[in-house]
Amino acid sequence: MPTMRLSSMLGQRRNGTGRPLHWTDMVAYVYLALGVVLMFGPVLWLVLSSFKTQSALLEFPPSLLPFAQVEVTVSGQPQKLPLFRAKLPDGTVRELAQVRRIGLIAQMVDPADPSQQFRVAIDKREPVRHVALATENYSEPLQRFAFLRFLYNSVFVTVIATLITLLINSMAAYGLAVYQFPGKQAATLAVIGTLMIPVTIILVPVYLVVTELGLTNSLWAVILPGAATPTGVFLLRQYMLTLPKDLIEAARMDKASEWQIYWRIVMPLTLPALAVLAIFSIMWRWNEFLWPLAVLTKTEVYTLQIALNAFQGELQTQWHYLLAMTVVTLIPVALVFVFLQRFITTGIGSTGMK
Amino acid sequence: MSGISSTTRLERGIATGALARLGQVAVLPVGVALRLLDPPMRWMQRFIGARRMAYVFLLPNFVFFGLFVFLPIGINVVFSLTGGTALFPSQRPYVGGDQFAYLFDCGSYLDPSSCREDHFWRGVANTAKFVVFQVTAMVLFSLITALVLNMKIRGRGFFRAVYFFPVLLSPVVVALIWKWILQRDGLLNAAITTLGGQKILFFVDPGWAMFWAVFVSVWAHMGFYTLILLAGLQAIPADLYEAAEMDATPRWRVLLRITLPLLWPNMIVVIVLALIKGAQTFDEVFVLTGGGPGTATLMVVQYIYETAFSSQVQNFGLAAAASVVLGVVLFVLTLLQFAAARRKEV
Repeated sequence: MPTMRLSSMLGQRRNGTGRPLHWTDMVAYVYLALGVVLMFGPVLWLVLSSFKTQSALLEFPPSLLPFAQVEVTVSGQPQKLPLFRAKLPDGTVRELAQVRRIGLIAQMVDPADPSQQFRVAIDKREPVRHVALATENYSEPLQRFAFLRFLYNSVFVTVIATLITLLINSMAAYGLAVYQFPGKQAATLAVIGTLMIPVTIILVPVYLVVTELGLTNSLWAVILPGAATPTGVFLLRQYMLTLPKDLIEAARMDKASEWQIYWRIVMPLTLPALAVLAIFSIMWRWNEFLWPLAVLTKTEVYTLQIALNAFQGELQTQWHYLLAMTVVTLIPVALVFVFLQRFITTGIGSTGMK
Repeated sequence: MSGISSTTRLERGIATGALARLGQVAVLPVGVALRLLDPPMRWMQRFIGARRMAYVFLLPNFVFFGLFVFLPIGINVVFSLTGGTALFPSQRPYVGGDQFAYLFDCGSYLDPSSCREDHFWRGVANTAKFVVFQVTAMVLFSLITALVLNMKIRGRGFFRAVYFFPVLLSPVVVALIWKWILQRDGLLNAAITTLGGQKILFFVDPGWAMFWAVFVSVWAHMGFYTLILLAGLQAIPADLYEAAEMDATPRWRVLLRITLPLLWPNMIVVIVLALIKGAQTFDEVFVLTGGGPGTATLMVVQYIYETAFSSQVQNFGLAAAASVVLGVVLFVLTLLQFAAARRKEV
């Protein structure tokens, strides 16, 4: 009987193992459901809030969706009028447009029939609202702040720094993976050593070096210091070690130069590892904060992160712009997440580094 | 290396993706540049021999390391031993250990206000407090999450991605998201008042500010540690579990006798990594609370940053001395990490 089959199906655990649902599974699903709310909820709230008008953002308690008051054109009125749901003295509820407000009394008209005028106490009316996206939160910062400039700076830093990182890291990895030479041990140790030196403890002297190189307040001051990454050298070296040595020997027989072997044979074969490093580098650079904060002091060289931080001090009362800019800063990361999440997680899983 | 199997999977994924083609277009100018480099490199090779080309390949990366890592370490020591406000070392008068003496000049190390440089010690105390709570919560929650994600559960990939998502967000974005939720008229206070409570000014109360600093930091980085633990869990041989199932061993016993002992090396790695990162906490907390209220969430790194760059008198010497102290702490923690990693390999 179909009903019986249905009930037995519902009682069964449907994960393919055929075991009945253990209570720990229930707890696990509840935990995971809470996790989804706690991890995605805040980001969703940010995105929803970023589409609210400035006045809607000041509401307390806040509404879930971005609402705006409906406005209607009424013949005989020069401007659009806000629409309210008003409770009239005779008990009927009608949708009326407000012409003006005098003290505690609102003068209202029926939008369908403007000759009908009403006087309504302001606590007897409620705004009629509809879901509306305040896209001006996104378009206005483009004109009011050098937003495009910051965006450009961030993209420039991310792209150039990633290309430099890929190039010099892969060269070093190739040198360490393919050759036997005096000092190889020392070079490998030196790379390990740099793993232990985070930028937090050499902030001041790197600032001196950058100043002496004449790079202060240029984007190169952000790009260059972090370009050589020990993580990248290791990642690529480990991968290159798995490539067959015969390939390189054969190329040498064919009179290929060492440089040619590097970029025509080894680089294409290392592409998967290079892709992982590229994704990492993009994330690092796009999100970098402390070092740019220390070295960039002029507004025109601010990256998005630094600009956001500066604005959150200045724009405390203008959350609508701040939220929209935060969303824009988040978009590339969200894209990376959607398309490349698997590669990053396997990358971290196999190297234990981020 | 465990990366081999995952990278071959990567290879297929990347090769099939349209992304690869996009990457090729972006890298095209680089390809041209690399080709142009061939003649000088060939000349170089004739000059020094094929084997010594290794040095040529290592050179650029090590020039960068030298300029931006090794040289700065040396300069840092020089800075910490000199005084004055000049940036260039030769213009700075030698003061010996005065900077360190000043930093460590305390009536009692347990009471920051008895110190001459009380901000530094408040930073140390706050960071210590932060690290204790943060690492505990981080290890606990990432362990639970990893254990749950390791169960035979539907939609595991999706849930794993959910917990990982905040790891990719920038610290500024993370801090602003939570600042928006926690502000006076924010979502959380709305929930509290709907439930009949009073609005709480989270960033005015020192205890709450520290709580949220820890919370936000765990929220943002938990996914990373969960992944490491998950990789460890998946490396535990499946036949152990099969044997346990045949003996009808209760689940809690399997957890205590098989899973946790075999996961222990990964746990140590996670604990030490979290300690190292925690001691350097700066960005999320800085954007979220600005170190406030007062100095309630001021961290050591914020102290270093502000002493060197954003106070009226840029005191590079004092900042350098503080970062040498931080460096020593991190060095000890890193040795712990290597010891843990070695134990893991054995």
